[in-house]
Amino acid sequence: MRFLRVVAAAALLLSLACSKKESAEILIGHVASLTGSEATFGQSTDNGIKLAFEEINKAGGVKGKKLVLKTLDDQGKPEEAQVAATRLIVNDKVTALIGEVASSRSLAMGPVAEKNKVPMISTASTNPKVTLDQQGNTLKYVFRVCFIDPFQGTVMAKFARENMKISKVAVLRDVGNAYSVGLADFFEDTFKKMGGEIVTDQSFKAGDQDFKAQLTKIRETNPEAIYVPAYYTDVGLISRQVRELGMKVPLMGGDGWDSEELYKISQGALNGSFFSNHYTTESPDERVKSFIEKYKAAYGSVPDALAALGYDAALVAADAMNRAKDLSGPAIADALAATKDFKAVTGNITLNEQHNAVKSAVVIAIDNNAGKYAATVSP
Amino acid sequence: MTEFLQHLVNGVSLGTIYALIALGYTMVYGVLKLINFAHGDVYMVGAFMGYYLAGFWRLGGAASAGGGATPGSVVRAFLITAASMVVCGFLGYVIERFAYRPLRDRPRLTALITAIGVSFLLEFGFQLNFRGSNFPPGPTPRIFPTLFEGHDTGWLSALGVNLYTTDLLTLGVAILLMVLLQWIVYRTKFGTAMRAVSFDHQVAGLMGIPVNRIISWTFVLGSALAAAAGILFAVTRPRIDPLMGLMFGLKAFVAAVLGGIGSVPGAMVGGMVLGLSEEFVAGYLLSSYRDAIAFGILILVLVLRPSGLFGRTTVEKV
Amino acid sequence: MAFARGVLRSVLPFLVGIPLLLALQTFLDSQGIDYWTIILISIGINVILAVSLNVVNGFTGQFSLGHAGFMAVGGYTTAKVALAFANGAHGLTQQAAFGGALLCGMAAAALAGLVVGLPSLRLRGDYLAIVTLGFGMIIVSIVENVDALGKAIGLSGLPGLTNVTWTGVGAIATVVMARRLAVSTQGRALFAIREDEVAAEAMGVDTTGYKVRAFVISAAFAGLAGGLIVHLLQLATPRSFNFIRSFEVVVMVVLGGLGSITGSVLAAIILTVALEALREFQQYRMVVYALLLIALMLTRPQGLFGTRELWDLPLVRRLPWMRNRAAAGPAGAPPTEVRGETDSGGET
Repeated sequence: MRFLRVVAAAALLLSLACSKKESAEILIGHVASLTGSEATFGQSTDNGIKLAFEEINKAGGVKGKKLVLKTLDDQGKPEEAQVAATRLIVNDKVTALIGEVASSRSLAMGPVAEKNKVPMISTASTNPKVTLDQQGNTLKYVFRVCFIDPFQGTVMAKFARENMKISKVAVLRDVGNAYSVGLADFFEDTFKKMGGEIVTDQSFKAGDQDFKAQLTKIRETNPEAIYVPAYYTDVGLISRQVRELGMKVPLMGGDGWDSEELYKISQGALNGSFFSNHYTTESPDERVKSFIEKYKAAYGSVPDALAALGYDAALVAADAMNRAKDLSGPAIADALAATKDFKAVTGNITLNEQHNAVKSAVVIAIDNNAGKYAATVSP
Repeated sequence: MTEFLQHLVNGVSLGTIYALIALGYTMVYGVLKLINFAHGDVYMVGAFMGYYLAGFWRLGGAASAGGGATPGSVVRAFLITAASMVVCGFLGYVIERFAYRPLRDRPRLTALITAIGVSFLLEFGFQLNFRGSNFPPGPTPRIFPTLFEGHDTGWLSALGVNLYTTDLLTLGVAILLMVLLQWIVYRTKFGTAMRAVSFDHQVAGLMGIPVNRIISWTFVLGSALAAAAGILFAVTRPRIDPLMGLMFGLKAFVAAVLGGIGSVPGAMVGGMVLGLSEEFVAGYLLSSYRDAIAFGILILVLVLRPSGLFGRTTVEKV
Repeated sequence: MAFARGVLRSVLPFLVGIPLLLALQTFLDSQGIDYWTIILISIGINVILAVSLNVVNGFTGQFSLGHAGFMAVGGYTTAKVALAFANGAHGLTQQAAFGGALLCGMAAAALAGLVVGLPSLRLRGDYLAIVTLGFGMIIVSIVENVDALGKAIGLSGLPGLTNVTWTGVGAIATVVMARRLAVSTQGRALFAIREDEVAAEAMGVDTTGYKVRAFVISAAFAGLAGGLIVHLLQLATPRSFNFIRSFEVVVMVVLGGLGSITGSVLAAIILTVALEALREFQQYRMVVYALLLIALMLTRPQGLFGTRELWDLPLVRRLPWMRNRAAAGPAGAPPTEVRGETDSGGET
């Protein structure tokens, strides 16, 4: 009993402490997977947001107030993401919420944000259901600054048919990952509609280390390319086993490939492959260049797409808060919904009716064990 | 035909790893009647030990790119494996001494729960991340350094099958270790003592066998084998992470049960059968049910023939 | 007379509990203290999980590691049924639909328990643990492959129907069930199986039958918890129901004491609250769990309460109205050791 009282007292004190700061600061919450197997996703995003906040605060903040970030780790689990979101909203009374990267976790956070009327911006969740409710109507308080999988799947399908000029593709998906399953389905739909043929559809589970069975099966079907819409840790390993089985065909994938680790793991096995992504570090755009400079100076490494998206989400949030008539949830949500042509690192962000960002995707080619810009595909 | 043969090659390669780990399970079960849940995690620790040692001796990575198996690199790889086996053997000893021995006379359930605890301790302990320190490795997977480049032997190319030198090497080493183990178990005094303890540890004690010491050494042996399996696996499939032992350990346990838990040749055969079945079912049928296959086999075995392929049916007397 | 007393004892907790819960819920809703609501609901769900697992692991002494699988079956079934009757379809109010859906979830989970239990319960402790673990994984594997269940993406956008009242009712139901079972003839059979299965069989107890029954009941309530969870999270994904989930419930039951309902309830409360309070140290949670388990097994394997209940504590026994109870003794066997298979090792 006493223990509970201590906890209650602590929570009360915490909330009191937070409310005192409200006058001079705006507290923004961030739910991320800082630990777990996709730890780099959460950490990159967090870095991007922090960088953006630093810049904004140096330039005077939002409506004269400084932005403060509070990040909670969800360990890569949807239930934890929900509790973390609730805690940030109810205990810490954040003005807005940023997160998450993985669609399955954003799906868990959405209802909490919606119920409590706190705007939530997902940085990189690409499954369309994140901003929709059961009936398919757009949730008022949930937004995202990235494109969605129906588009992303189309991007690679188009690229395969038009640029690579191939018609037979094998698909290898991560059956336990919402992102992978969704993206694979969308790719297959579009590819087939464009006259291509999916020669086989195989599955694996993230964390598997042996893919030879599935790859041997794929080898039998003689595809011209293999589409692997999964996260970089698995893709790297898969690519090596593809080469070990003597297959020389290129691989294709999505934004889950984006990480420096990909090249370290694959060690050249991915040369000649392509993947769709949110931005390219080679862009001549001034904004991209300066962002990369600043990020390198602050963190010592080249930012990946997740860091860029985190940065953009923070900027979009600040912009909306500046435009909003006050800092209440509904006002910020309205301002966010009206975001149009916002110049960000990952492109010009306009949020459409489903609160998704309409922007182009880039296709990155891998050559000499490094990524190189190949093409831009617009919606 | 090509597909079939390739699956065969893959399956055998996978099966030997399962066999090595299964041996540890079966030996420990034989002497203690305990399923050492933590065994799969010793396998993981072995792989990581290899990783750290290689990093420490600055092996692998760019240095070996494009290089074949030079005598120097082979010797170093061997040393790493041996060192890792020693470390894990010690780990096995520690686990037995402090977590299992105090519970020797308690109900088996207690020891089982403790085993699960140790397993999780290793898994999640290794997933901790202390800023600025390389150990524990944290949840992000690491890439095992290339100890030597593998390339297609070309032996079976005529049949369209890829057989890598690294696969052959791991197969060779695994078989060597298994033969060694057979020799230890059936031709040495220690092996005889071990078998005696597994028959009846109280009587064995009365006959003058130092039961505690034998059990400790059994653990050491089993753990060393698991460590070797870990490194062999990491050489061919170079991504390691703290949770790699969980599924693998469970599947190796299934292999041990399939072969007849308590039986050393059974574990080897069970491992091969499991590796091959997994490969063939995943390859020809349902690749998305890959993990479920192993458990399906387990259930089948336990329902149809609980003593496994080589096990003896024990009659429980009261 | 005994029957009437039994019925009264079963129903009374509900008659008292439901108004209290409704009052509590109205209070919380009006304050808008969402955070505490979630904590209370989490506690309630964990109580359901711990007590239901205790029926198998504690009362019957069988070690099951597949609890999460039954949660998944219950959760997904509840979700699908609730969706089918959503928005007043077929003339049902939302609350009635939810209640019905929960019952369906329990039924489906019970069926799963039967399917899993029948072949497995012939096996001994260690094997049973692995087999139940395997079944749990197989169930998750199946869910990931079935389109109608949303595969890996799961079912999202579920209505947030779980509230304090429903969870409280569920928890009361589970505790009442466990208590009624413990003092019944069937319960005695389960305890007998736990103490010495061979002797029980020799005494004419249908061990397999009772074990299966315990399993089915336990699975049903796990399904109830699953249904509540998916409507709290408003999302049903296979990842929520993995082995680690099962393990967390096992820790609760072991901490509380295998065989003690009070212990399970208390452990559920303690661990849920501690988890929340230590959110900053999230990273170490599983390591602490593991160390706790090992330390517990080495020093106090009977957990907090062993097989005793709250009213068996010496202090409570001395209370005036409990005096005449003292003679009866604790329900369940006197020894407070963790009971499972003891190694007879072929004694001569």
